[in-house]
Amino acid sequence: MCGIVGLFLKDKALEPQLGALTAEMLATMCDRGPDSAGFAIYGTPEKGKVKITISSPNPDADFKGLDAAVSKAIGSNVDFSLKSTHAVLTVPEDKADAAKATIRAEFPSVRIMATGASIEIYKEVGYPTEVAKRFDLAKMTGTHAIGHTRMATESAVTTMGSHPFSTGADQCLVHNGSLSNHNNLRRDLKHDGMTFETQNDSEVAAAYLTWRMNQGKNLGEALTNSLDDLDGFFTFVVGTKDGFGVIRDPIACKPAVMAETDQYVAFGSEYRALANLPGIEKARVWEPEPATVYFWER
Amino acid sequence: MQTVDLAKTPLRDLNQDLHRQSEGSNEKAWEVLNPMGFHAVAVGIDAPIDVNIRGNVGYYCAGMNKQATVTVHGSAGPGVAENMMSGKVRITGDASQYAGATGRGGLLVIEGNASSRCGVSMKGIDIVVKGNIGHMSAFMAQSGHLVVLGDAGDALGDSIYEAKLFVRGKVKSLGADCIEKEMRPEHHEALAKLLENAGVKGVKTSEFKRYGSARKLYNFNIDNADAY
Repeated sequence: MCGIVGLFLKDKALEPQLGALTAEMLATMCDRGPDSAGFAIYGTPEKGKVKITISSPNPDADFKGLDAAVSKAIGSNVDFSLKSTHAVLTVPEDKADAAKATIRAEFPSVRIMATGASIEIYKEVGYPTEVAKRFDLAKMTGTHAIGHTRMATESAVTTMGSHPFSTGADQCLVHNGSLSNHNNLRRDLKHDGMTFETQNDSEVAAAYLTWRMNQGKNLGEALTNSLDDLDGFFTFVVGTKDGFGVIRDPIACKPAVMAETDQYVAFGSEYRALANLPGIEKARVWEPEPATVYFWER
Repeated sequence: MQTVDLAKTPLRDLNQDLHRQSEGSNEKAWEVLNPMGFHAVAVGIDAPIDVNIRGNVGYYCAGMNKQATVTVHGSAGPGVAENMMSGKVRITGDASQYAGATGRGGLLVIEGNASSRCGVSMKGIDIVVKGNIGHMSAFMAQSGHLVVLGDAGDALGDSIYEAKLFVRGKVKSLGADCIEKEMRPEHHEALAKLLENAGVKGVKTSEFKRYGSARKLYNFNIDNADAY
């Protein structure tokens, strides 16, 4: 069992409240996944800049001198913003790969969680409300967010095993369920040049969608392909820079409820996650059909 | 009338109060506000009382119900009226997975759609769905009736025993050992009664088809030995 929440805003007026609404939704899903939690938040992109979210179990020691080293290596200024065990580096778009190479080479104990123009990912072991608090989720703003509370089944309870998983720029995936063909698929994807940070099945699903989108498919097409190529139980919620997608396997055991108003599209593993959203009384509330792709793009 | 606001009163207190009611209870009418998708609202009642829940509920609402009439003015999460024994449960919106699962008696009415596995392993409950039902509904259904005014999803009645299924719309596919059966006068009569009890008007029993067991899976067939 796991809990998923997602909120894709249509109304700009709600953007300042994105973090607060997501934190409230996440808190209702604590008992579905008390061992760890995480969230991806899509903020307003800054022209010509890319954000790199990094994490370390020992931020004091590991992040020391990191911004200066990256700045020196790429020959340009770097913004560094620390949030508990995570930090966000903002670098010029054309220097993002060089910055990541520097981090990997000189700071081997630092993990890269996400890269992109708008995405930031925060995830940690611990009770979901505590995780949300330590990263100050409630104060964050943006256009869409996806959160996850984890009850681990397929791999260890670690920071890196928590969701969301990001395997491509501005992409993320959260998963409730378990995949049975992830080892074979991981091998195939590795063969095609995809890289993996964990032994987790959900990371394979994320990499699969990235691999499909790298072939030029949009999120909706990639999700449709996943129905043929992924075996197991899944409800996925997926984010891209300006898109938000939902899919359930054909058996659809893993619960899902959605709501849509003029202001937002929202996802919850249960209705409890949606109950406090503004205007929910008048929202269209429905259960997504099995083996059916739902996606919204800005 | 007793009114309980779940935004103020803990759910456990409501359920304990409901469990205290019995045959001769004077508190016949209950109103529950702000259910907020909570789980197990009004579960395990055993008294002839009326409970109106205003809003959407989560898992297992009105499970194991005996005698009571529970109405959800909204939608219900998975397992609504699971293992109901008697009484009436009505959902004015949609119901999620396995509505009425393993129910032994009583009447469950869903005015919207029910999703997958509706009436799975039903054992005597009557279920009337005004909308559509999802895949694998009435899986291993043993007895009782499932009436669907809309369409049914894949694998309806897979491995069914003696439950009777009536579907007015299309059936996407039938499960193993489930077949269409003749509507005899007694079936029209039983269906008319179910529709009446569910408050369905303006629908003729002749619009429905009946489905049930071909009874080929009841006993092991020696010709299939090679399959194992």
